[in-house]
Amino acid sequence: MTEALSTTRTPAFEARLRKRYAAERRFRAAGLGAILFSIAVLLFLLITMTINGIGGFQRLMLKVDVDFTQVALTVPPGISDRAAVVRALEGQGLPELVSFSAERSLGEEAAAQLNPNAWRIVAADVAANPALLDGEETFALPAGNRLAAAYSGGGQAELAPLANSLAAEGKLSKNFDPGFLTRSDATDPQQVGIWGALKGSMLTMLVTLSLAFPIGVLAALYLEEYAKRNRWTDLIEVSINNLAAVPSIIFGLLGLAVFLTLFPNMRSAPLIGGMTLALMTMPVIVIAGRNAIKAVPPSIRDGAMALGASPVQVVFHHVLPLALPGILTGTIIGMARALGETAPLLMIGMRAFVATPPDGLTDPATVLPVQIFLWSDEIDRGFVERTSAAIIVLLVFLLVMNGVAIYLRNRFEKKW
Amino acid sequence: MQEHTVKAFDEDITRLRGLIAEMGGLAEVAIAESMQALVTGDEELGNAVVERDKKLDALETEVDALAIRIIALRAPMADDLREIIAALKIGGVVERIGDYAKNIAKRVGKIEDRKRFEPLTLIPAMAEVAAEMVHDVLTAFAARDPVLAREVIERDAKVDAFYDSIFRNLVSYMVENPATISSAAQLLFVARNIERIGDHATNVAEMVHFAALGTLPPER
Amino acid sequence: MVTALSNKPKMSTRDVSVFYGDKKAVDSVSIDIPSEFVTAFIGPSGCGKSTFLRALNRMNDTIPSARVEGCIELDGEDIYRSKMDVVQLRARVGMVFQKPNPFPKSIYENVAYGPRIHGLAEGKAELDTIVEKSLRRAGLWDEVKDRLTDSGTTLSGGQQQRLCIARAIAVRPEVILMDEPCSALDPIATARIEELIDELRGRYAIVIVTHSMQQAARVSQRTAFFHLGTMVEYGHTSDIFTNPREVRTKDYITGRYG
Repeated sequence: MTEALSTTRTPAFEARLRKRYAAERRFRAAGLGAILFSIAVLLFLLITMTINGIGGFQRLMLKVDVDFTQVALTVPPGISDRAAVVRALEGQGLPELVSFSAERSLGEEAAAQLNPNAWRIVAADVAANPALLDGEETFALPAGNRLAAAYSGGGQAELAPLANSLAAEGKLSKNFDPGFLTRSDATDPQQVGIWGALKGSMLTMLVTLSLAFPIGVLAALYLEEYAKRNRWTDLIEVSINNLAAVPSIIFGLLGLAVFLTLFPNMRSAPLIGGMTLALMTMPVIVIAGRNAIKAVPPSIRDGAMALGASPVQVVFHHVLPLALPGILTGTIIGMARALGETAPLLMIGMRAFVATPPDGLTDPATVLPVQIFLWSDEIDRGFVERTSAAIIVLLVFLLVMNGVAIYLRNRFEKKW
Repeated sequence: MQEHTVKAFDEDITRLRGLIAEMGGLAEVAIAESMQALVTGDEELGNAVVERDKKLDALETEVDALAIRIIALRAPMADDLREIIAALKIGGVVERIGDYAKNIAKRVGKIEDRKRFEPLTLIPAMAEVAAEMVHDVLTAFAARDPVLAREVIERDAKVDAFYDSIFRNLVSYMVENPATISSAAQLLFVARNIERIGDHATNVAEMVHFAALGTLPPER
Repeated sequence: MVTALSNKPKMSTRDVSVFYGDKKAVDSVSIDIPSEFVTAFIGPSGCGKSTFLRALNRMNDTIPSARVEGCIELDGEDIYRSKMDVVQLRARVGMVFQKPNPFPKSIYENVAYGPRIHGLAEGKAELDTIVEKSLRRAGLWDEVKDRLTDSGTTLSGGQQQRLCIARAIAVRPEVILMDEPCSALDPIATARIEELIDELRGRYAIVIVTHSMQQAARVSQRTAFFHLGTMVEYGHTSDIFTNPREVRTKDYITGRYG
């Protein structure tokens, strides 16, 4: 036996063998390198975003002691509407009390840097808890835009020493600002929030999904299961494949031309935005759906048919459940693309300044990518951090959306 | 006839037929030699025939083993199956024919004063018919020829007729010459053996017919 | 040799031809399928036996270019031209395939699916009974009764095939068509399926397509030999294998074909 081995392992053979193993090692190294490079790029993106954006979740606050006993303020009883209470307090002179308290706590110079709308926070707290009016309370109130810019190192440099001294005294600090996620767009970067755009994105995605998914899946089912193979179906297949590759701005033009002539009053509405994005997402779902349905083994269909299942039963009891993981993958891809689309939504006008979050599908709204785009255009330096923070919010939203879809897909894969 | 797709199967069947043919040849020689020994009184030849019968027995064992092996390994069907079963049975029958020839050879030394037995001229003629039957029926097996097989069956009547005539002849001789009874009795047995050889050749013919056509020949 | 059947045939075909486009795969086959015996179709690959089998429960309908001519009757009713519903036909004429194809569902669901869609059970208790009876008849109950919720695909090949048979039995068919049911199985699993076929004989009319002549010989009472799309010979299994009438049949079963 050993003789047979040695006759084949000639030096030439050994040299070839070494070269083959070397080629294997090179290939594996190349693959590993590609993966490491991709991970590095991803980590770089995430880390830079986080570093830049972490500041966006914070707000510069000034500590102000307010003594309510100095002024006779009362909360009108029996009024449940928060806004009415705030107006009442305003009429009673709450803003002046706040300014006076600020001057007492921080000094005249610093008080001038207080955010002009800071009193509203005090008013909201009082409206929520009228017992505050009986004593003193310390509030953390947002600083004005200029002081915030100066503290960060930009803006008017002359305010910087004031900012630093206040910080040294402990009266100025940058705190985590949860209001960023609950407030809407504003002109003042200290008061701006992402909730309006977030809600707009959610509503738009809802419309997109509820239109694109059923239409896409049903189209895929029909094309694969029922349609005869002839020139017409070939033409349809080619058209859908091309549709998936069309630049998104074309869909914006379509939305502008068709949807807005049909519904001229709903210019910035999530309904219109959703419909436009649905047009864009549907071909992706159809293509993924067709491939997933094609991958269902014919033996399963045969088995079901041989039991006497009708074609609809075969499709819905057997084919669709097995194809669902693939369809969901296509949906994830399509929806992720739709979430990040800016161009078509800009075309249909979802670029307006929207200060209040949309209540329904037909109210004017904006979406996260558009909001990011608008903020990045602002001159005020305070918006830079906010823009990065908004990008982080967008990424988190995307991850959550994908996470839900992947969970659903895994659940279906395990079940069937 | 077309060959089997698996050539080894054809080789096995060919070997089986070769063994049967060999057995047939040995049986024919045994009959001829035992007759010669009987007529000439050659005891040495007789002993040789007895000795050679062992070879026939060995061949029959070989035929059995080969047939069983083919059935187990090749799963023969239809005419292959019938042929192999027929070969198995024919092997047994030819071995019995050899035994009869041996029996005849054994009696050679027991016959005294042969020249006076007139039937002694008839018996070789009867044996020749029987031997021809054996020869032809084995040819029919080799050729898978049911027609020849049926024709051989017909000839058994001749052998039977020979036997009747020799029997009457010997009995009347024995009555007339009681002193010769023991020798005559031996000749009776010899004639009986040849008649049995004829019957066995008929059995082989029936099996050849069955192997070829799947049915036994119609009753004669 | 009895040529006439004791009972009326369960299915009978007259001059049935099956075309794929212009190509004739089965040429003018006329055969009676008895209800009390197992009928085997044998023949070399491509001889049309599987195609003909699939015509008996209209599974060829799923192939767009397939066309069936001639008359196929189930209990005297033409299955193609009469008002017989194809879905109901397939419940009466079940099929077991070459490669076991259990649904990727639980064992219970596999067997319960057929009765459920045909409305054969009112309520869960009755469905449970049907499932248990079918699994018992298929000889699988003892092996799976403790794990009915496991997926059907976790069973071994032989068990999966018995599951497919149980699934087919559950819809109470009258005929069971089997297309080479044991070709993917090892000898022991094959033997168990053959024993099962023997047990099912009499209760269902069974037609089995097999490329193993030994299996056809073991399992069936009637055998039809197909060659190049035509049915060459049909008769009692013992006659076909000991003394076939046609030369083509003889050449095939003795291994002289090809």
